[in-house]
Formats: sequence, C-alpha cells, structure tokens
Amino acid sequence: MANTPISLTVNCAAHTLIVPAMKRLLDVLREDLRLTGTKEGCGEGECGACSVILDGELVNSCLIPAKQADGARIVTIESSGLGVIQRAFAETGAAQCGICTPGMVMAASALLARNAKPSLEQIREGLAGNICRCTGYQKIFDAVETVSRQNP
Amino acid sequence: MRSHLADFDLVVAADLPEALRLLVAGWRPIAGGTDLMVLFNAGRLPYRKLVGVAKLPELNAITVSSDMVTLGAAVTYSAIQRHSVMQSEFPLLCQAASWTGGAANQNRGTLGGNIVNASPAADSPPALLVYDVELEFISTSGSRRISYGEFHTGYKLMQSRPEELLVKIHLPPHRRKLNQYARKVGARKAQAISKVCFNAVAEVESSVIKHIRVALGSVAPIPLRCRKVEAALAGQTLSSTLIAHARDLIAQEIQPIDDIRSTARYRTAVTQNLLSEFLGQLL
Repeated sequence: MANTPISLTVNCAAHTLIVPAMKRLLDVLREDLRLTGTKEGCGEGECGACSVILDGELVNSCLIPAKQADGARIVTIESSGLGVIQRAFAETGAAQCGICTPGMVMAASALLARNAKPSLEQIREGLAGNICRCTGYQKIFDAVETVSRQNP
Repeated sequence: MRSHLADFDLVVAADLPEALRLLVAGWRPIAGGTDLMVLFNAGRLPYRKLVGVAKLPELNAITVSSDMVTLGAAVTYSAIQRHSVMQSEFPLLCQAASWTGGAANQNRGTLGGNIVNASPAADSPPALLVYDVELEFISTSGSRRISYGEFHTGYKLMQSRPEELLVKIHLPPHRRKLNQYARKVGARKAQAISKVCFNAVAEVESSVIKHIRVALGSVAPIPLRCRKVEAALAGQTLSSTLIAHARDLIAQEIQPIDDIRSTARYRTAVTQNLLSEFLGQLL
C-alpha cells in the first residue's frame, strides 16, 4: 500500500524509483541510489549531517519523506560542482573526522549561492544548523571565508 | 525505535479539495515535516496516513493589502524573513523565524505547522499573540476564523477540529507606531529551544501606555498572552513603581515548570527581568 513511484533529479541525473512513501530522502539517497556521501547524524534535524540542497534550498534529508521529494532537483555532496568549497575545506583543515563535512559543504554551498561574500556573522548563521564535534568551527569558517575571498 | 515504513502512507494532495476530503477520511496533514518527521524517525508518530499540503498554492502566498497582511499557513520561516513587508512591519515574527532551527529547518518549517504543533516552547506564537493575528481554517463544510489569542486551550489542545486545515494567518496592520520587543533566552544562540521567549508591543504617548500586549513562550502549558499584566499597564503612566507592580503581576500570571531546559524559578526571574527591560526602554 505504501510503495509509490517518485522521480528525482540528483546531481543532474534523472531517476525513477518505487519506494515507501515515508522512506526518508536520506535513505533513498544512501540505499536506493548508493550515494553514501550524505551522512546520518542525529536523525532529528538537529545536526545537519544529512544536509542536501533540494530545489535550491538547504534541507535536512532525514526529515523529508520520499513522496514529498517527488519531482525535486537535488544536489548532494557527490555533485561535481562543489570542488572549490571542498578544496578550501581540505586546505584549511576544516575536516577532521569527516561526519559533518558533507553537510557543512552543502550548507556552505547554499549560503554562498545566496550571498557570495558573507560576513563572519552570516557564515556563523548560515552554518548554525550544522554541528561539528571536532574542529571548534573556526577552520570551517576559515574555509568558507577562503571561498568567499575568491568570489568576485 | 524506528517506525515500520509499510505501516505508513503519504499522498501529496493535488489540490485543496482533495486535501480536505482526505482530512474527513481521517488522514492528517503534513507540511514541512520538521516536527512530524522527528516523531516518525523516533517511532512515535501517532498517525498512519498523511496528506502532504506544503505545496498547495492557497497555503503558500504572502499577500499584502491596505488592511491586512495574510500569510499562507505553509509559508516557511525563510520566506517570512526574506519578505520586505514582514521585515518592516512585523519584525518580531521575522526575529522568531530566525530563532527557529537552523537554515535547513527554516527552509522547510512552516508557520502554520508551528501553530498547530502547539508547542508551548515554540518561538513564533508569542509574536503572533502580540500581533493579535487571526487564523483561518477551512474544511469541506466551509471556513471560519479564530482569534489566535483564543486558539490554544490547554497543553497541545486547540480550538480546531481534525477535519479542519489551517490555511491562512491574518496579521492586522498597526494603526500607530509601536515599540516592539522580543528576547529569547536559550542555552545556545542558534537552534536551541527557549527557556523563556518574551515578546511585547506597546504604544506610549508622553509616558502614558496607550496600548500594550505581552506574550511569552516556555512559561505555561500554552503560548501565553499576559492579559492581566496588560490590563494593569494600559492607561497608566510609566514609573519605576508601575514596573515593580507589573513584575509582581507577571510572576503570578505565568505558570512555569522545572524541566530539562530550565527551572520554574529561573524562568520567573528571567520573565520579570525581560518585562523590566522592555518597560524600562519605554520610560
């Protein structure tokens, strides 16, 4: 009764899947599409580890039922368009254990798409929903500032 | 423990009439999912059949006219903060929207969802109470409006019926220049549930309080409008004696508890201090 067809465009590739309507988008990405870069942290929308971009907006994929993502365009950490941010994270030491990193990169990408030159305060706000237990955040903010400085 | 997926169903309503028909048949609405999916993921969602209403056009518009600003119930926190009229006329609601979760939850979470989730600790209800908004519900048998100040009747209890869908929130314009004030006290600046959330608006003319509304979150079983405090202050001349009297009254009007986030004693002290700060600014 609960299986339903959905169409998703993920990182520019179109997919049609039959999934339980309430399956979390996070699990559709990881299990059905084998895109395991997106991580599960808390599973309740508090930590941001599962962040992806859905129709241009940052979202927590653990809080989205598959059926509500039907027809959406999704960008995940596997997208080829995130190289500049990923390089900045690597170069500034913004990734340690790595669990929060995909979500942080997606949140940074969503922030920079809306505001190419965010202030430190705006970076802090933009990433406030993404929790990191390793870095103390400073190197993550440095990474986003590095990208921002490269923006015109 | 995780919910069993096969026990649940979700359909996205094609239009408003379909959503209303499903509500009559016992389905429950889901919009942004930022509350319901937390329950679902924890195996505690009490509903098995959900109808998605987030994309219905009737629930998504922000319309501005000379006598009203109307928000669709599925307008997100992000959309509220980005709207220029909301920023200029209803800054307390924009502020509350910015306090609710991080960017990802603000992009999905809806104002209507926050209202009918009916958490006494939510941050937008106190702003809605001081703006004296009206809620518009619709069902297969018609629509009706409920004053938000009368809506919450007890912990998680509301005036609406299960077959009714919250479609719009009507915000009356301010006739005069208002002093507007909001403070949230939580454990962390971002994404923390409030220990106390205090909102107030007032109109003051040569030290006389012409008009005042005060509302709080996290200090009672419902989002609380402090009508006794308002009645004691309206028409009075501001003074330190009046502020001291109001501090005593508000401590009697709130009903805080000890819980995982704070204590009744702390909440009372903070509430009194925020009231003092607000009234002190008007002096």
